[in-house]
Amino acid sequence: MSQLIAQSIVSGVLLGGVYGLVALGLALSFGVLRVLNVAHGELLMLGGYLAFFAFREWGLDPFVSLPLVFVVMFGFGVLLYLCLFRFVTRTETHTRIKNSLLVSFGLALVLQALAVRFFTADERTISTAYSSEAFTIWSIRVPMVRLAGLVVAIVAAFVLEWVLHRTRFGKALRATSEDWTRAALTGIDVRRIYQIAFAVSAALAAIAGSMVSLGYSVSPSIGLGWTLKALIVVVLAGLGSMRGIVVAGVALGLVESLSSVWIGGQYREVTALVLFLIVLSFRPLGFFGRAAGA
Amino acid sequence: MRERAAWMGLLLLGAMVAVGLSVGNQHFLTLTIQTMILATLATSWNILGGFAGQISLGHSAFFGLGALITRELWLGGQAFPLAVMTAVIVTALAAFVVGIPMLRFRDIYFAIGTLALGVAVYITAGNLWPGISSLPAEVLRSYDFTGPYFFALGALVAAVCVSVWLERSRLGLGMMTVREDEEAAKATGVDVFSHKLAAFVISAAVATLAGSAFAYFSVSYYPNFAFSVIWTFEAVLVVFIGGIGTLAGPLLGSIFFILGRDLMPTDVDEFQVVFFGLLFIVVVLLFPGGLSQAAGRLLGRAGERSTATDRPTAARGRS
Repeated sequence: MSQLIAQSIVSGVLLGGVYGLVALGLALSFGVLRVLNVAHGELLMLGGYLAFFAFREWGLDPFVSLPLVFVVMFGFGVLLYLCLFRFVTRTETHTRIKNSLLVSFGLALVLQALAVRFFTADERTISTAYSSEAFTIWSIRVPMVRLAGLVVAIVAAFVLEWVLHRTRFGKALRATSEDWTRAALTGIDVRRIYQIAFAVSAALAAIAGSMVSLGYSVSPSIGLGWTLKALIVVVLAGLGSMRGIVVAGVALGLVESLSSVWIGGQYREVTALVLFLIVLSFRPLGFFGRAAGA
Repeated sequence: MRERAAWMGLLLLGAMVAVGLSVGNQHFLTLTIQTMILATLATSWNILGGFAGQISLGHSAFFGLGALITRELWLGGQAFPLAVMTAVIVTALAAFVVGIPMLRFRDIYFAIGTLALGVAVYITAGNLWPGISSLPAEVLRSYDFTGPYFFALGALVAAVCVSVWLERSRLGLGMMTVREDEEAAKATGVDVFSHKLAAFVISAAVATLAGSAFAYFSVSYYPNFAFSVIWTFEAVLVVFIGGIGTLAGPLLGSIFFILGRDLMPTDVDEFQVVFFGLLFIVVVLLFPGGLSQAAGRLLGRAGERSTATDRPTAARGRS
């Protein structure tokens, strides 16, 4: 039993790292643009497919294709911002959040349907030569490809924090998220900040998708589930710090995997959702007031 | 004007009854029943989302609960009307109990919270009722569309009547005040929370009727399918495309949606979703009034009610 629990703690932590990684992007777009993108999970799905096809068609290792996935989905993010979210951000905060929810909900439906059309509904996994490799500590298996997800999440969080706090651009980003009107008055190009923040958010979702298709699997319908995970993590952690988001992701992964040991695997999602509702009811006005990286 | 609308409604109802009694075309009846079920569900969502301004993404839970209870009791030997009544009462009670914590969440948190609830209920229903639910052979032998048709019609009429009543009643006006501005509502003596709760419970009860109609109409389905988020999504889609906050919006939207889906090429299923998804985005961004506003303009009745939630220019305090 203790063996089983130890093993599920490890898998929970590894999966939780990916939860954190997905949530980073969501927190960025929400914190800076005040746009709630419920199509975030669909962006993850697209990233996952991109990595999968890069591997199958061109034999690109998912770690080699990581920058490619980042750049392509960054571009896609710019496109989405220019075509859709630009119009949403023209309204004031209250309307903005509601409209962004609705617009991204429509977007999620469209992206999912297109994915079924072009990628088929099959589940896909990248199986590399090292996919089955794992190292064992005290008879606990740690699969390499899943460990990579956690590592990428931690690296991404530290890079983001560094950019936010140590660069001029990060300063402008934080200023915009605190008060965009005053940021605009100090000469910050708010539109450009919005565009880049949204694009990075999309690219982060896609990176997470790469890790998901390497360590787990992707299919067109996974979007909503991942969006919910990211939302739960952001509610748990707040928008305060990027490191905090990864920690909260790991915590969620832990709770899920332990609940599947104790309550039963078919209720692991339900446990997480109920936990989410409980946490949310302790802060009914929530986490959105605070600024990203503040 | 009101009188004319009432006459038109009665005329339409008469036509619907005549159609139900005389038309034998199975395909046509199927489409009409589907439209009426969706229109009932959309109207119920509109009570909460359109009148009271609370965007719920967990509406499928009530639809599913209605379908589940009705079906289980009915196939378990209860008289069908009794099964429906039980379903409505149980679901309304459930909505009351769930609504108290859920409605403490405002705006977006309410949307996320209800979505989480809806997904949790969907998974749980799938775990508890994994087997397919089929009509037994003796029911199937006497099955025809007349019963479901008239029940769905009745459910839709009930939903519209509730909406009409709300549009004119003090309770409904209170809900709209809450939608426009909670602080101002409070200041004028409207009890914000109980109006939200009333909208939540009424909306759930009406959604139950749609679920019952689905349970009565469907020959076989997996019980958790009625809990699927798809139902929420379709209701939201239809309400926005038709025109949120209006009486005609959910009806127009449903007709447009079912008819459009039927007319589109069937070899590429995904095309329909893409079309309606894009249309939805366009409506949210550019035409907050939806089809009913467009229709109103065509009929020369400009200025039908639209909600302030989606007017970018709406004066509102920054939150």
